[in-house]
Amino acid sequence: MDYYLQILTNVGIFITLTLSLNLINGYCGQFSLGHAGFWGVGAYASAVYGVYFALPIDPAFNMAIALSVGFIAAALCGLLIGIPCLRLKGDYLAIATIGFSEILRIIIMNTESIGGPRGFTNIPRWSNSWWVWGTALLVTLFMLNLKRSAYGRAIISIREDEIAAETMGVNLFRYKLFSFIVGAGIAGMAGSLVAHDQQFLHPNNFSFMWSVCILVMVILGGQGSVTGSIVGAVILTILPEILKLIGSDVSTWRVSIYAALMIILMLTRPQGIFGPHELFEKKKYQKGLA
Amino acid sequence: MTQPLLDLKNVTMRFGGLTAVKDVSFSVNKTDLVAVIGPNGAGKTTLFNMITGIYTPSEGQVLLDGLSLNDKQASDITSLGIARTFQNIRLFNNLSVIDNIKIARHTRIQYSFLDGIFKTKKYRNEEKLIEEESLKLLALFNLDSKKDLLAKNLPYGAQRKLEMARALATKPKLLLLDEPAAGMNPTETKELSELIHFIRDQFQIAVILIEHDMRLVMEIAEKIFVLDYGNLIASGNAFNVQNNPKVIEAYLGAEI
Repeated sequence: MDYYLQILTNVGIFITLTLSLNLINGYCGQFSLGHAGFWGVGAYASAVYGVYFALPIDPAFNMAIALSVGFIAAALCGLLIGIPCLRLKGDYLAIATIGFSEILRIIIMNTESIGGPRGFTNIPRWSNSWWVWGTALLVTLFMLNLKRSAYGRAIISIREDEIAAETMGVNLFRYKLFSFIVGAGIAGMAGSLVAHDQQFLHPNNFSFMWSVCILVMVILGGQGSVTGSIVGAVILTILPEILKLIGSDVSTWRVSIYAALMIILMLTRPQGIFGPHELFEKKKYQKGLA
Repeated sequence: MTQPLLDLKNVTMRFGGLTAVKDVSFSVNKTDLVAVIGPNGAGKTTLFNMITGIYTPSEGQVLLDGLSLNDKQASDITSLGIARTFQNIRLFNNLSVIDNIKIARHTRIQYSFLDGIFKTKKYRNEEKLIEEESLKLLALFNLDSKKDLLAKNLPYGAQRKLEMARALATKPKLLLLDEPAAGMNPTETKELSELIHFIRDQFQIAVILIEHDMRLVMEIAEKIFVLDYGNLIASGNAFNVQNNPKVIEAYLGAEI
């Protein structure tokens, strides 16, 4: 039972992560490959709160504080990284974000007080599946409502055509930075949930490979689609477990399966499962903003 | 004399060693309909890019209602009341026709970000209003029946129209049209000239267009500015410009 619960928790965490990257990558069209870095910062920051600064109050309140700490820490990193990097476009932005997320990981690796390369232990267990799924639900609602507001439309217009968006009065830098900060912050919350669920963190859990995994989930579901992100996260989190049941060695096969899946997907359906659309959209809306 | 709507004062634009626009001055009044013409590479689009803030002039000033636009960002200039279309159409291709219009309302949005996230009453009321006004605008351009199509699936002429409608949705005082008749047949061009007149009268705004179709220019422009190699070589009404020896030289070459 515990095993299945753990998978369920992981699915919730990855839904949150995938949605947060979808904001940056799918809505705003900024190619960021450093998402695991923000995830890690959020996890470590809220773990530091849990280990060193925890207040003697109900764990539920502490978890709420930890989530805020995770959000703020990761959002600050997003701000710090976003200001120089968002002047870059496409591939250049991707490379710069990889660089920054690796820097963050190496800093964590070399900080003794948070466990360094041995990993960070004794983190209080405050989280449970309610927290995980509650967060995932809230982030889903946030993303859906954002898409239908003028502010979401402005962000999406940047993805479509930067110059036209600017000419329509959209302040490019402000909205790009906003997406980046909020996306990073939400990833930080996912990190906080991991930290207080597993009670142990290791810098390598937040390596570049994970940024790629999250990106694959976004692309599989469809960039810009909220339901797509959820489906992408569910499929790619459960898939390795199914492979495990079959009996193959998961860690060796997972990457190959991802790669094969991406090749098949890109050949047959380059826009992802849902494209930019949602699952339950009204028919008339289907060709629309979505 | 009243203050002109748009005033260019000795505007120069240099790219490295190349001077694309050199010491150009002119002004446009409220509800003027003027054209900027000139051979390819004369600096017409550069002029538009300076007015809309995509480039900042190397020298000189662009004034809107007496306010300098030099230090303004393109997005701020839109909210001050200048809108434009592009020579090579730049629609939000993967969004619906109506969403293209709605995005242009961006600078006039009253509700806050949190209103949008929590779908407050303020959000709902304003979105309803935006929807209605956007449909009205589309109806003026006969695009209301196509509101849910993706912009990229519209035929070429309709895309040009949608781009104009989108520019108007920003509620401008001045509309810049960059080669609106490019790729249109004579019938479509005729419709376009009526449409431009209609826009000017209906919305009471000034229109500047860049155009190579001389029949269109001579027919609708009340005043014409001629650029050649970045210099303003002539200005005036259609008759004056057509008979100006400098203009003839720029287009046809000098007599030997």
